[in-house]
Amino acid sequence: MNLDARIPGGPLSEKWDRHRFELKLVNPANRRKFEIIVVGAGLAGASAAATLGELGYNVKCFCIQDSPRRGHSIAAQGGINAAKNYQNDGDSVYRLFFDTIKGGDFRAREANVYRLAQLSTAIIDQCVAQGVPFAREYGGLLANRSFGGAQVSRTFYARGQTGQQLLLGAYGALMRQVHLGKVTMYPRKEMMDLVTVDGRARGIVVRDMVTGKFESHAAHAVVLATGGYGNVYFLSTNAMASNVSATWRAHKRGAGFGNPCFVQIHPTCIPVHGTYQSKLTLMSESLRNDGRVWVPLHAGDKRTPSQLPDADRDYFLERKYPAFGNLVPRDVASRNAKEQCDAGKGVGETGLAVYLDFAEAIRRDGQETIRKKYGNLFDMYEKITGESPMTTPMMIYPAIHYTMGGLWVDYNLMSTVPGLFVLGEANFSDHGANRLGASALMQGLADGYFVIPNTIGGYLAQGGFGTVGTDHPEFREAMKSSSERIRQLLRIQGKRTVDDFHRELGLLMWDKCGMSRNETGLKEALAKIPEIRAEFWDNVLVPGDATDINQSLERANRVADYLEFSELMVMDALERRESCGGHFREESQTKDNEALRDDANFTHVSVWEYGGPGQSPVMHKEPLVFEECELCERCYT
Amino acid sequence: MREVLYVKNINLKLRIWRQRGPGTPGQFTNYETGPLSTDMSFLEMLDVLNERLTAQGEEPVAFDHDCREGICGMCGAVVNGKPHGPQPRTTLCQLHLRHFHNGDTLVIEPFRAEAFKPLKDLMVDRSTFDGIIQSGGYVSVNTGGAQDANAIPVSQRAAEQALDASECIGCGACVAACPNASAMLFVGAKVSHLALLPQGQPERNRRVINMIRKMDELGFGNCRNEKECERTCPKGVAIRNIARMNREFLRANFLSAEEF
Repeated sequence: MNLDARIPGGPLSEKWDRHRFELKLVNPANRRKFEIIVVGAGLAGASAAATLGELGYNVKCFCIQDSPRRGHSIAAQGGINAAKNYQNDGDSVYRLFFDTIKGGDFRAREANVYRLAQLSTAIIDQCVAQGVPFAREYGGLLANRSFGGAQVSRTFYARGQTGQQLLLGAYGALMRQVHLGKVTMYPRKEMMDLVTVDGRARGIVVRDMVTGKFESHAAHAVVLATGGYGNVYFLSTNAMASNVSATWRAHKRGAGFGNPCFVQIHPTCIPVHGTYQSKLTLMSESLRNDGRVWVPLHAGDKRTPSQLPDADRDYFLERKYPAFGNLVPRDVASRNAKEQCDAGKGVGETGLAVYLDFAEAIRRDGQETIRKKYGNLFDMYEKITGESPMTTPMMIYPAIHYTMGGLWVDYNLMSTVPGLFVLGEANFSDHGANRLGASALMQGLADGYFVIPNTIGGYLAQGGFGTVGTDHPEFREAMKSSSERIRQLLRIQGKRTVDDFHRELGLLMWDKCGMSRNETGLKEALAKIPEIRAEFWDNVLVPGDATDINQSLERANRVADYLEFSELMVMDALERRESCGGHFREESQTKDNEALRDDANFTHVSVWEYGGPGQSPVMHKEPLVFEECELCERCYT
Repeated sequence: MREVLYVKNINLKLRIWRQRGPGTPGQFTNYETGPLSTDMSFLEMLDVLNERLTAQGEEPVAFDHDCREGICGMCGAVVNGKPHGPQPRTTLCQLHLRHFHNGDTLVIEPFRAEAFKPLKDLMVDRSTFDGIIQSGGYVSVNTGGAQDANAIPVSQRAAEQALDASECIGCGACVAACPNASAMLFVGAKVSHLALLPQGQPERNRRVINMIRKMDELGFGNCRNEKECERTCPKGVAIRNIARMNREFLRANFLSAEEF
């Protein structure tokens, strides 16, 4: 497996300029001769499809929702980072770069991250030009806030719905290209397979989710922007349809998978409240600016919060991390909440929650101030739980939120399959072992608006594409195997529903490969997953048929992929015998129970190559070379 | 995970619209839910029903949904005559059973409108909304040429009003609620969002004319000031956006062709 990251030479700050100069160009008149497929229409996919259309390429864009305005980027609340330094508070491209590298616990590639920080400023310019209504100061200039523990105010936002407004901007640009005839939109179509011819990505097979029909689409290059795999845990903050299938199928066709065990767990989510629960809802982490996190001092103390005097409470974050208190990073806050609950001090009906208490802030600043700051979040919380955080402490618990791992890509965002590009959360590239708040939107848009429009040209300009139509044997084979798989799922007619299997897998992954991992647990999961998978293929019950809308079948198809992918995740977690960022191996911790990196042995990207059906995958390493940053310990006490 | 003891359970009677496909007639089918926790969301109730139907060898109820946080705009059905159900400013996915009483009957049917063709059960085709946006609901700027984001100041008031309008999630409840199945709140929201901002000015006139023309062409009706859309909108998009759109439309029509 060729893992040449194709990092340009020269100083860090000049690499992207130099690279754009060195890339071959496609003559404007020739661009119309190229077909590009974009799968996914969230921030990365919509911005890529629109921009490639603007450049003159013929683009086909596919999404599983009924409209490209609904990708899960839309749910991002907090904001988008950019090194504008509008606040004159010491921010710079270099600082954003360094914060991102350090926040990722030194497991990301320097050149990519630097480029991301460089492009961040152009993203804000572009979005404003599109009419994205960012928050403004009275004087009419853009407002900023600090976010996720950053020491500078570099986050741009539109109330608590920044993702929505950015996505509607990209969606507008995409709709314009549809109107101009440069992009054809294919909603309610799900990618079933990647087609490679002579080792290059040349198209995809999709299933129409309304008619059940399979279709082949050929192109000169394929761009995947299909998001993350957080739903492998069944419960996560992801949308219900978010899935790993597109990237997993591409992996099985030769694309290396980078760092699959790196997932982010967000500390402030509304706790699980019942076995019927379908998803988890995030509460913005800005709440920790004023909320105090606590549990009862004694395990099993069932008194209500108002009956518990201060002396019988444990403000465990303030106690353990006096310098940062409740503002420790996401991974630290999450692990500590779990630790308390595991010790029997969790609260609520399930015992899997901790309090986030605003009483002191309300006493200090007054009801009005707190309501103004957090009113919409409190309303959302009350809508779901029926309780008001103004009168009783909020209950929170960590939940799976984002996946830093993804298909391996080089500096051009090309995977190990030539002609297959991967953008946004679907790739592994920029966040290392932990993503900072307000950086996901930035990465999706940098990839889509500014990176891929440049780098894909360099690939296409190399030429050498023969004529490949959808009648090529490789397309026929992919059509046949995909439709056979669908028929197989319907033929089983067992006793257990798809959700039942998904829930079982999710619980196993959460217990053994979630917030904290150890060798014994991971090995148990590794033994258990093939059993669940075998039972799935023997005993799953998928109702209905294959020729119309069948949502159970759609889910079965995705869960089948999770049942394969999860095994790779566990193997990766087992292999990485160090703790870093969101990946906490219990065997590798300091005496104060903090994550302990092992730079001598694990300063690399783990890239997994598919081994074939029933065969073990093969792990390769891309060494991470830090020329600019000195590896140091993240310390918060 | 420990088994949860439900604080409060209720039983509901459901009358759900079942329709196999676009060409086939549909009908209401009755279901008893059995005991459900009042902490459950409306869509989780449908999940539970669907698990049971599946186990019984019946086809589950098809319904659109995705984020379940009230922002993607994918979900929506009419519950007892109200799109997204009885709670104000709440999408169907954010509606919880604590707002119903033990023994209530819930009549659940799809959004119905000439321009939203039925697909299956509670699912309809809202691609006509994309068609309207394609006709001009954007600022025509290519990627790359934008000036510095702070070059043009925008008053906080204009930015806030534009955001009020662009909070629209494109769910289609306004159309389902309107006796004329009008999309004027949806169109008015997008026209307002861009007309309020300096970036939207160059195309201001052609945008409103093209979008309204497209809306008519796609079979949406016109506003009769019933205000059902505003009452129904889960994001609270105000009917004043329709008034603004009408002003924009009048204004554009008074201009000569050169000014477009």
